[in-house]
This record gives sequence, C-alpha cells and structure tokens, in this order.
Amino acid sequence: MGEGEGLAAPQPALPAGAGQDVGRSCILVSIAGKNVMLDCGMHMGFNDDRRFPDFSYITRNGRLTDFLDCVIISHFHLDHCGALPYFSEMVGYDGPIYMTHPTQAICPILLEDYRKVAVDKKGEANFFTSQMIKDCMKKVVAVHLHQTVQVDDELEIKAYYAGHVLGAAMFQIRVGAESVVYTGDYNMTPDRHLGAAWIDKCRPNLLITESTYATTIRDSKRCRERDFLKKVHETVERGGKVLIPVFALGRAQELCILLETFWERMNLKAPIYFSTGLTEKANHYYKLFITWTNQKIRKTFVQRNMFEFKHIKAFDRAFADNPGPMVVFATPGMLHAGQSLQIFRKWAGNEKNMVIMPGYCVQGTVGHKILSGQRKLEMEGRQLLEVKMQVEYMSFSAHADAKGIMQLVRQAEPESVLLVHGEAKKMEFLKQKIEQEFRVTCYMPANGETVTLPTSPCIPVGISLGLLKREMVQGLLPDAKKPRLLHGTLIMKDSNFRLVSSEQALKELGLAEHQLRFTCRVHLHDTRKEQETAMRVYSHLKSVLKDHCVQHLPDGSVTVESILIQAAAHSEDPGTKVLLVSWTYQDEELGSYLTALLKKGVPQAPSGGS
Amino acid sequence: MAAHLKKRVYEEFTKVVQQQQEEITAKKLRLTKPSKSAALHIDLCKATSPADALQYLLQFARKPVEAESVEGVVRILLEHYYKENDPSVRLKIASLLGLLSKTAGFSPDCIMDDAINILQNEKSHQVLAQLLDTLLAIGTKLPDNQAIQMRLVDVACKHLADTSHGVRNKCLQLLGNLGSLEKTATKDSDSTAVRDVQKIIGDYFSDQDPRVRTAAIKAMLQLHERGLKLHQTIYNQACKLLSDDYEQVRSAAVQLIWVVSQLYPESIVPIPSSNEEIRLVDDAFGKICHMVSDGSWVVRVQAAKLLGSMEQVSSHFLEQTLDKKLMSDLRRKRTAHERAKELYSSGEFSSGRKWGDDAPKEEVDTGAVNLIESGACGAFVHGLEDEMYEVRIAAVEALCMLAQSSPAFAEKCLDFLVDMFNDEIEEVRLQSIHTMRKISNNITLREDQLDTVLAVLEDSSRDIREALHELLCCTNVSTKEGIHLALVELLKNLAKYPTDRDSIWKCLKFLGSRHPTLVLPLVPELLSTHPFFDTAEPDMDDPAYIAVLVLIFNAAKTCPTMPALFSDHTFRHYAYLRDSLSHLVPALRLPGRKLVSSSVSPNITLPEDPSHQFLQQSLERVYSLQHLDPQGTQELLEFTIRDLQRLGELQSELAGVADFSATYLRCQLLLIKALQEKLWHVAAPLYLKQSDLASAAAKQILEETYKMEFMYSGVENKQVVIIHHMRLQAKALQLIVTARTARGVDPLFGMCERFLQEVDFFQRCFITDLPHLQDSFVDKLLDLMPRLMTSKPAEVVKILQTMLRQSTFLHLPLPEQIHKASATIIEPAGESDNPLRFTSGLVVALDVDATLDHVQDPQSTVKVQVLYPDGQAQMIHPKPADFRNPGPGRHRLITQVYLSHTAWTEPCQVEVRLLLAYNSNSRIPKSPWIEGGEISSQVETGIEGTIPFSKSVKVYIMPKPARR
Repeated sequence: MGEGEGLAAPQPALPAGAGQDVGRSCILVSIAGKNVMLDCGMHMGFNDDRRFPDFSYITRNGRLTDFLDCVIISHFHLDHCGALPYFSEMVGYDGPIYMTHPTQAICPILLEDYRKVAVDKKGEANFFTSQMIKDCMKKVVAVHLHQTVQVDDELEIKAYYAGHVLGAAMFQIRVGAESVVYTGDYNMTPDRHLGAAWIDKCRPNLLITESTYATTIRDSKRCRERDFLKKVHETVERGGKVLIPVFALGRAQELCILLETFWERMNLKAPIYFSTGLTEKANHYYKLFITWTNQKIRKTFVQRNMFEFKHIKAFDRAFADNPGPMVVFATPGMLHAGQSLQIFRKWAGNEKNMVIMPGYCVQGTVGHKILSGQRKLEMEGRQLLEVKMQVEYMSFSAHADAKGIMQLVRQAEPESVLLVHGEAKKMEFLKQKIEQEFRVTCYMPANGETVTLPTSPCIPVGISLGLLKREMVQGLLPDAKKPRLLHGTLIMKDSNFRLVSSEQALKELGLAEHQLRFTCRVHLHDTRKEQETAMRVYSHLKSVLKDHCVQHLPDGSVTVESILIQAAAHSEDPGTKVLLVSWTYQDEELGSYLTALLKKGVPQAPSGGS
Repeated sequence: MAAHLKKRVYEEFTKVVQQQQEEITAKKLRLTKPSKSAALHIDLCKATSPADALQYLLQFARKPVEAESVEGVVRILLEHYYKENDPSVRLKIASLLGLLSKTAGFSPDCIMDDAINILQNEKSHQVLAQLLDTLLAIGTKLPDNQAIQMRLVDVACKHLADTSHGVRNKCLQLLGNLGSLEKTATKDSDSTAVRDVQKIIGDYFSDQDPRVRTAAIKAMLQLHERGLKLHQTIYNQACKLLSDDYEQVRSAAVQLIWVVSQLYPESIVPIPSSNEEIRLVDDAFGKICHMVSDGSWVVRVQAAKLLGSMEQVSSHFLEQTLDKKLMSDLRRKRTAHERAKELYSSGEFSSGRKWGDDAPKEEVDTGAVNLIESGACGAFVHGLEDEMYEVRIAAVEALCMLAQSSPAFAEKCLDFLVDMFNDEIEEVRLQSIHTMRKISNNITLREDQLDTVLAVLEDSSRDIREALHELLCCTNVSTKEGIHLALVELLKNLAKYPTDRDSIWKCLKFLGSRHPTLVLPLVPELLSTHPFFDTAEPDMDDPAYIAVLVLIFNAAKTCPTMPALFSDHTFRHYAYLRDSLSHLVPALRLPGRKLVSSSVSPNITLPEDPSHQFLQQSLERVYSLQHLDPQGTQELLEFTIRDLQRLGELQSELAGVADFSATYLRCQLLLIKALQEKLWHVAAPLYLKQSDLASAAAKQILEETYKMEFMYSGVENKQVVIIHHMRLQAKALQLIVTARTARGVDPLFGMCERFLQEVDFFQRCFITDLPHLQDSFVDKLLDLMPRLMTSKPAEVVKILQTMLRQSTFLHLPLPEQIHKASATIIEPAGESDNPLRFTSGLVVALDVDATLDHVQDPQSTVKVQVLYPDGQAQMIHPKPADFRNPGPGRHRLITQVYLSHTAWTEPCQVEVRLLLAYNSNSRIPKSPWIEGGEISSQVETGIEGTIPFSKSVKVYIMPKPARR
C-alpha cells in the first residue's frame, strides 16, 4: 500500500528550477495517487523560453487538467507564481489553484507589472496578456490560515503562516494518512512587519523545505537593523544618495517601516522616495491585510496604521537628478532591469553615493556582479560602467537561516526531509546536519530528478466495543500508549477492516466453533494410587499457582482454570503414573507452563506417606 | 409539536408560580429564623421535576448558610441525593456539599463517610468528578487528620483507573493536595496503606489524555509546594514530557524540571550519547533554554521566566545563552557586538562603511557545527528576538535576574540589553531600561553603547525618557567624552521636551557626583571660560545653563580643585542656585566663604527623639486637662494646635502625626467654642442670627472629621471610632442649633429620628470599641437611649444639650504610621500668559501631570476638578491607566482633561485642582452578622464627598465663538 511521492522540475537539462538552484520553483508531488503542483515560478535571469518551466514534462499526452488535481501557490513572488498565467491559459489548465487571500490580491498586480516590462518595454511577442492574467485569477480559490480545504474526497490542504512576505504560507497536503508539507519560502525570525513562521507537530511523511541560507547562521536582526540605519544615516549626512533596490513587495515594506520610524525619531529631513506604480497599490493591500502582519502592527493599527507613511513619498523619474541627499527604494531588487538599474547607472559614478542590496541576487544579474566585487560593468550597448559608489550588502532577506530551518524541522517532526530552492553544495551541508541530528532521511534532488519514498501507511481498523471493554478489564490503564496483545478476529469485508471477538466472527460467518485441545502425558514416578497421586499434584499446584483457581474434582481429576489433569496408572510399570494434561489452545501459555512444571516432578509431600 | 409547545408553556407557567410561593415562604422563614434546612427540605419535596429541583438548589446556593445549620442542610441534601435519578441535580448537590463543607466553623468530617459512600455507587463521570472535588474540599478543611487523609488518598487511587479524564484529573488533584507527606507515616499497617504517592502520580505522566498528564504534573508540583521532597527520578520522566504534543503539558513540565533542578542542583546526570556527566542544574538549564524556542509562545514565556531564577547554573553555561555561532557560507563570522567591541578597543571610533567589514573569516569545520542540540546556546538571543513581546519581556526579566547575581554575565549581556532599547514595543523598551538600571552597579558603559542608549532620549514617550534619566543617574561612564556626550544629548532632550526639566536636572546631579574626575577636564568648555578674556554672563534662567551648573557643582563637591576654574559670575550663580534649588545643588567648600549650610544638615541626622517627645508631651498635656475653666482650655488648645502645626512644618517625618492631632484638637476647640456661645443662655426666639457661629462650627467639624478619616493613610480602627464619635457630637450640635432656630416641629421630628438612627448605627458598627468610650458622649447617650426613643423632639434636644456640655474630651490614640495625602500639580504650571484658544462648543485637551503622596487606591479616589469663572465646576475621573506607581506611597497622575465652554469675550482663568473622593461607608468594619444589602436600606447610606488636597492651578483659556 505504499504510495510514492515524486518530485519533478521540468526539463532536466536546464540549470533552473526547483531543484538545487534558486530561481524558478515548480515542484510536482504525487501522493497516494493524487498529483499536486507546488508553485509555478519563473526565472529572472532569462528572457527567452527558459524562464518558464517546461510543462510538457508533466504529461506528454493528454491535458494537464486531467493529470493535476490542484495547483498550490505559496506566495506572490514571481519566482513562485510568475508562470501561472502561462501555465493555466497558454498551456491550458482548468483545475483549481489555491493561494491565500493576500496572495490572491497582490499576485495579479505583480504579474501585470511583469507583463508590462516584458511586452511593452522589451516588445516580446507570444507573452501572456492582461486578459489571460484575469482569466487565470478566476481559477483561484483563496484559503484562510489553518483552514482545511477539501480539494476532493480524499485530498485536503491546509495553510500555515510562513512569514517571508505578506500572505506567504506553508501548505500541508494530506491524502488519507499520508501527508506532505511544502514550506515555500519562510522566515523563522520575526521582522518589523511580519511574524515568524509556525507549524504544529503535524508529523508529515515528507517536509519539502527551502534552503536558501543552508549554510548561514545570521546575527540578531537588531544588529542588522542598526547597521542598516547607521549606514543610511551616515550617507545622508554626508549628502550622498542611497539606492536600495528592492522587490516591490516584501522586504521593501519592512525597510520602509524601519526608515519611517527612524526618520520620525531622529527628526531627519532628507526625502525618502518609493518608486511609484504598483507599490502604492501594494501598500494599500498591506494596510488591508493587517491580520497577516506582526504583533506590533496588529495591536497598534487602531491608533495608526503603520503602513500609512508620513515621510515616504512617491518617486518621479526626474527626482533622480535632484541635488542633495535622498533615499530611494526602487524595483527590481536584483538590479537586472527597470528603474533600479536606471538610477544605479546615474549614481554609480559618485563615491558619495551608496547602494544597499538588501537581499539575495541571482547569478547573472548586475546585483550579483557588484556584490562579488566587480567594479567595471558591461552594460547594454557595449558601454562600460565604472562603479565608484559604495556597495553594501545587508542580509535583510526573509528566508530562514540554517538554525531556522532546523527549528522548523524540529517543530514539524517529519519522517523525511527534501531540500529545494538552494545551492547544491550548501544543501549538502544541511542535509548532513539534518540526517545527523534528527535521524531522518534527507533528499536533495537536482532538477528533473524524481524521488520516490516508501511510506508505511496506517490502516484504520474498527474494533467492537465489547471486545475493547473486555480487553480493557484485563490490562488496566495508564499504559494505554504501549502496544498490547489482543485476541480477536480481523474481518476484511468491503474494503473496511474490523476487529471483533472470535465468537462474534463465528456468528457472522455462520461457522461452528471448533475446539482445539492439546494433550500431553507426563510420566511421574509414584508408587501410590492414582487418587493419591492426584492429591499430591493438587496440593503441589495449589502451593505453586497461588493466583489461579486450582480445584480437585470428585472424580479424581485436577483442574487449573480450564486445564484438566488426570492421573492414571501406567499400563506396564505400576510404579509410574501417567498424568494426562489437556488444555485448549487459548490456554496455551498456562498449559505449557503446567506441563513444564509437572515434568520437573512433584516434591514428596510430607503428609502423603503410607 | 404544538401540543408539546403548549405543554412547555404550561410548565413554565407553573414554575413561575412555584417560585413566587417559595420566595414568600423563604422570607417568612428567615424572619422567624428557623433552620435553613427546613426550608430547603420543603422546597426539594415540592419539586416535581429535576429541572425544578435544580432551580431550587440554584436559588438556595445564592445565600450563605450559617455554620450551625450546615449539618442539617447537608443531611437533607444527602437524603435527596439518594433519591435523585437526574445526574445534573446530583451534580449540583455534590457541588453544594463541597461549598457547604467550606463554611467556616463547620467540621466536615461527619459528612465524609456519606460522601465516600455515594461515591462508590455513582455511575456518572461528571458527578464522580464533582464528588471527588467535594472530598478535596473536605480534605483540605481537615489538614491534621491523618486517618481521613489516608482514606481519601485510597479513594483517589481507586478511581484513578476511571475512563473519564475529568475523574482522573480530580483524583490526581486530590493526591497532590492530600498525599501524605511522610511515606512511612503508618509503618505498622499493611502495605496498601503506605502508598508512594509520587510513584502513583508519576505513572500518570504517560496517560493518554493530555489533560490528565497536565494534572499529574500539577499534582506533583502541588506536592512540592506542600513541602514534600520530590524524588530525583522524576527528573527523567519530566524531561520526556518536554517533547509532548500539547503545550499545557510542556509548560507544566518545564516548571517541574525547574523545581527538581532547584532541589538537586549538584546531582550528576549523564549526557545521553556520550560518556560525560554534568550537574543536574546545568542539564536542566540547557533543557529549559531549549524550550525558549518552542512552538508555543505560552511555553516560551514560561521557559524564559524560569531561566531567570536558576542562579546556581555554571557560568560557562550561562554565557552560552548569549552566544550564537554565526557563519556565512560555512565560514565563521563575528557578530556585530564582537566587531563593535574590537573597533572600540582598537581605538577607531565608528565604522560600518568598510566593505567586507563583516566578511566571514575562517572556515568552519562542518562536523563541529551543531545547529540545534546545543543546549543553552543562544537561548537569550532567541528569546530577545521572539515574535511575541510577552516572551521578550520575560527574557529581559530573566536576563536582569541572572545579571544581578553574576557580574560577569551582566557585563556580557549589556550589548543585548542595549539592543533592546530599540525594540518596537514600548513596554519592552521600558522593561529593558529598568533592567539596565537594576544591574548598573555591575557595569560600565562603553562609548558606543552609551551612544545607543542616549539615542533613546529622543523617544517621544515620556515614561521611556524618564526611565532613561533614572538609568543615567546610576550608570558608570568610562570616559570624559562619554560624559560630554551624555550632557549634550540631555540638553538636546531638554530643548525638545522642556517638561523633562526636573528629571534632567536630577539626572545631571547624580551624573556629576558620580564622575567628578571626568567632569573636571570638561569644566572650561562647559562654562565657556577663556584664560584671557571675560565671556558674557549666561542667562541665569536658562534651564540648559542651570543643567550644566548642576552637573558641575555636584562634581565640584568631591573635587576641591574645580572651583578654581569658576569665573566670578559662576560663584554668584552658585549662591543663587544653592538657595533656589537647594535639593539639586550641594554645599560647596568655596574659597573665602564659610560653609553655611553645614549647620543645617547635622540637625536632620540627629535622632528624632526630642521632637517626638515634644509631640507626645504637648498632647498629653491637652488630654490631661478635663475640667479646666473654659477660657484656659481654649487657650491651651490654641497653643497646642499652633505648636503642632509648626512642628509639622519643621519635621517632615512627623508632619502626618502632628497634622492629624492638630486637626482633632481643632475640632475639639470648635466644639468648645460653639458650646461657649452666649446663645444658649438666651431664650430661643431671640438669637436667630447669632446662631451662625455654632452651626458653622458644626459644619466645619463635620468637614474636618471627613478629612481625618480619609486624607490620612495608616488610620486604624481605634482612630476611626474617635473620629466618628466626634462627628456624632457635631451632628448633635447641628440638631440642637436647628431645634433652636427652626420654626415648627415637623422638620425637627425627622432630624431627631435620623440622629437616633445614626446613634444606633454607631453602636452597631463599633460595638467592640464601646468599652473604650467610657464616660463619653456616646456612652451617656446610649444609657439614655430607651428614654430618648420615646421622648418628644424638644425633650431630646434638651437632653442632648446637657450631655454635650458634660461630655469629656476623648483621648485620640496615635497610630504607628500616619501620612497625610498630598498632591502637587506639576503641569499645568499656571505661569503662561498665552491663553489656550479653542472654538466654543468644542473641547480642548489640557495635559495634567501631578505627583500624589500617600494616597491609597488613587485609581478610584483621585479626581480632577475644573472650576470655571462662572462658578460651574466639572469633575473628571481619570482613567486607571493614567496612574503610575514610581515608588511605595508615591503615585503619578498623567492625564488629559477636556475643557469646553460657551464663547467668552476675553480670556479668563479656570482653576484646576485635585480632589480626594470618599464614601463614608468604606471604613466601617463589616460585622459578619450584617447580611449584605441591609445597611444600604437604612439612613447610613454612605455620604459621598470630596476633599480638595492640592493647590489649585490657574489656566488661562479662551473659548472663541465659532466662525460661520
């Protein structure tokens, strides 16, 4: 009955996907015959077909809808949901798509923005359209935290809070007794606007966890925050400009809150800008989904909603050339395109300025290049850009660090762990640690690789109340958690299992009961009469078996419970008596014990001398 | 269906009727005082359905039962119990039995047999649980009876195997509360009597129901609380429970582990999967630290709290809690704290701009990195970073307690505490500032830490700033730059928030006196003196300049070389400030000046005997005179009152007593004066106008007695009696005066009756104190009570008059500790000439800040009064949250008062003052026999009033007419 679970990322040849890389998340799980797709992301580093997963990998022939039971999106980052319209509208999928309410609200904004950049700016053809995004979102079913959603009769999913970004969730997928938890991206340390990820002890068969920071243990967030504020403050005091490339949503809001409160406290006057457009819309959603934020914001929003910024204004392209200090949050976060790259090119030449990279940068992006120390960049059109501005890296990324990952594994207590969304050599370390400390198997498949793992499913068996009560009388509580021996008959009928007492089983099946008796002869050296021998046996057993009922019947036989012992004279040797011991198979234990006891012989009774 | 409904309607209808009947009979019964059991019996017999019976029982439970009738009631209940088939009624009876056995003065051992008896035949689990609860009540009532305890424990053990968790819970509770303390209490009896309670309870640690597991742990903790020494074997069992699925089990298990670790701190336990062994307390510490990162925040709070009280833990374990091995890409990384420290010791001031500053250094050995099972490692780092502020506060508290006991740890945790100053929740910030203050003896702040600390001075919350000032009062700063930085930041704070003036001055006073040598090199710069040129004299009224001077003068106290650096005007300013702000500026040994103030200070240090003696003597002198001529008495009283008032001014610690006695004497004086009036000798109709003095005196005495009763903290019952007695005299006086002035008998009749009721009430309330009031007014009055009751008003007045004149002066015993409540309004200061303008009809918020001394329960008694020029008065009740409690006997009221008025033509002043509200009933001792609700129906409805106890402050306001 062991069902396998498999993981697959499309196109094994591509260096992108859910496997040992960060970029494009798309995981396929089949659990107890149900197929679920976890996330449907795109890759930022590519501008051609490679940016989307190859869905033909899932099924070569036939429609996706027939093959997949549901799609789950963990959060709104494009590397987790960017390929969704392509997948559902262009490839064709009509089944349900599950995501949380904030994700459902924010996801289309990001997709639309992404589409605009790709189609309007770069003039790409064969891209999904606005209508497609709308159609795609119509297929979405929104879920609440901790709400168990019944996808069909057998498959159910449940969302847990994951921190990371607004509305990020971990999903538990359960079919019968088997379950998988997919974490998406999560954060175990709370920050200025979101709480920490939390999961109960759901003991899944498999935990699929991200491992972006598999080999990092981060310093306290307070130090990070202070460092960040200090750097910004110093640059602004020097009259420099600070560029903070961010993704429109997520870290950006945290940093905004941080800077906003700091500005208020220190009474600073330098302007803070936020690139316009989708951000305002997104901030609006942050104001709405207060229940998804952290304790502080939830508790104070009655007085003042923290997302109603006082010091942070909308950015206009012309502001970039303004003299004097300023702080600008600009998208996208990896400096690979758009506004942040434009501003970066303008400001890179001045050593007074500073760029703070608050998150992870994928290889191949400008962000990654400058972080690895490159000072001369080759831009589009073969022009060379010399980077004089200071480059800072502040790890504000909201992913769990190694300790956090371990903590989550400890909380969930899975039977096995599967690492995705990370770099292979880092995962290797974490894998080793997990196996060493939790003694569970850990997998780290590459793209396109399939992992199958056996499960030992539990099979529920009904037990009749009478039998249960009868057994309860014998062995008392509180050892209820320990395994115990129970006599009964297992009836398998119409694909359900029942445990009933043997009498009832016989009755139900209409069978007559057969008695099975064991008999055994024990030779005993005794010269006296049969009756006396029986008497001796009786008194001996009476003294040895104190808590059993030993009886001497008038016909000369001895009974211990239901075991019958008869003494007879040996046909050949009158000095030897033969003891006939007879018991039913239910009393096997006692019977064999008695035989063994009698074989040792009966001691000479002091009274029995004639 | 319809028929059914009809039936229900009828049922309800009949029920109503029955209840009414029942009420009538109950009332009658109570008046004639038969036993309650009879009434109950009648009720229960009448009950036709279980629902009815339940109703009766519920009604019965609302009223208390006297001790003597408990037994009868119990019998009735038991009798009914045997007959009852409905489990809900049986449940109620069982719970009533428990309640009744708790009645004071009733010994429940007689009902125990019955209770155990019915327990054996009971089938319903809920009733069983309730019965066990009753047994628990009985058992706790008889703590000395060993036999009963043993018996109850036996019963509990028998029912432990019940299938219902509720029953098992109660059994465990019973075991925890009654389990015998000595295992070998009855050696001679057979083995079943000697039960190892701990073993039995311990078995239920692995029960299938989490509630039972929790109850088992709680029972174990209960055993510990009762003084039973828990076995060490429990430790291992409890450790297993730490990984339980249910949070309440884990939470209780953490507590149990803590208890065991306190009992056997030095035992050695093996570390699993290795051959090493460690002390139990260290092991427990590691385990509890592990729970700081538990999934449930309740457990996290519990764990973090308990960490604070584990003082015996080894220091290297303790230090691990602040350690979190950082790494990045498998390379060891230093924490920001370590980097800051290194920068500081290398002499470089600030940094953070260098790229690769925090670049990871050496490679980490992958095998050696332990990600999770590292015991205490980083527990506080996690706790302080927790999502829930409750956990963070608990962690800060624990840090505080541990740091207080270990100076080395205090030094280490400093960085983390300083970080907490930037927490997003104000409570956490406040808590960490307080914590820092508590451990400030053990620490010296580095400059970079001081920098972070001082940044908080700009916080907009007043509490935070004031807490920080207090912290700065007692911190050690290591360098002169640090002092300078602190001063600059404090001045910045002063400029931003001028209301912090007093607190900042006080802070600088301590800062100066703690670091004289560090201030010394700063003096020329601070005073901006120049070796050759005279500089302009600074403005003496500038709070910032005063702040600087306070710092310098306090430093100069222990640094004799400093005054040499002062310029002429500094000396002049010193003289001025020494006079005007003497609490902030110490006496200095200045060249060419005598130390004037030294003559004052030794006076305070002398033992306070002479003044106390003086007080005693003058009071005795007054009390000793009984029948002096009126003139002499008056004079003596006047002198004594004057003496006492002066004494109170001189000796602040005797002020309360002196004022209190002076007030009492003044009352007496007024009474004597009133009785001395000529009016008494004149025929009634003639002195209509002259009676003013007497009635005014009566009124004033009444007022003063209320002040005496409610404005002083520490007034005891014996003083209350005297005060009430005085009040009674005043009322008598009032009655007499009215009798002589009022026309007609009707109003007098009512007054007379009321007065007599009051006398009666006095007698009832202070019946125990009456023997002390020999020969007093009331004593005589009570003697004549029967006669007074039957006399006509005129006659009553006559009797009263003679008695009042004959009555003696009662001795007022002085209480141990007595303090007069007082209040000072700090804000509004009442100095502003700019009126507060607002549109009429709308409101303006006025910030009120006041300190209250010796006010009991200020949340309910202190009110703010606003008096408008048109005589309109407004009373404002501040919110309970507006009161803070900075120290014993001190309170601080920071609130907002909303003002509003119709339009005025020009600005005018309103008066703001604080009132103390009182209710004359609040002090009266409740006798047990007065059943609730009876007092209020009488005359004695509490007289509510207010006493102003602060100077009023004038605020200039201007409501403008609304513009259309």
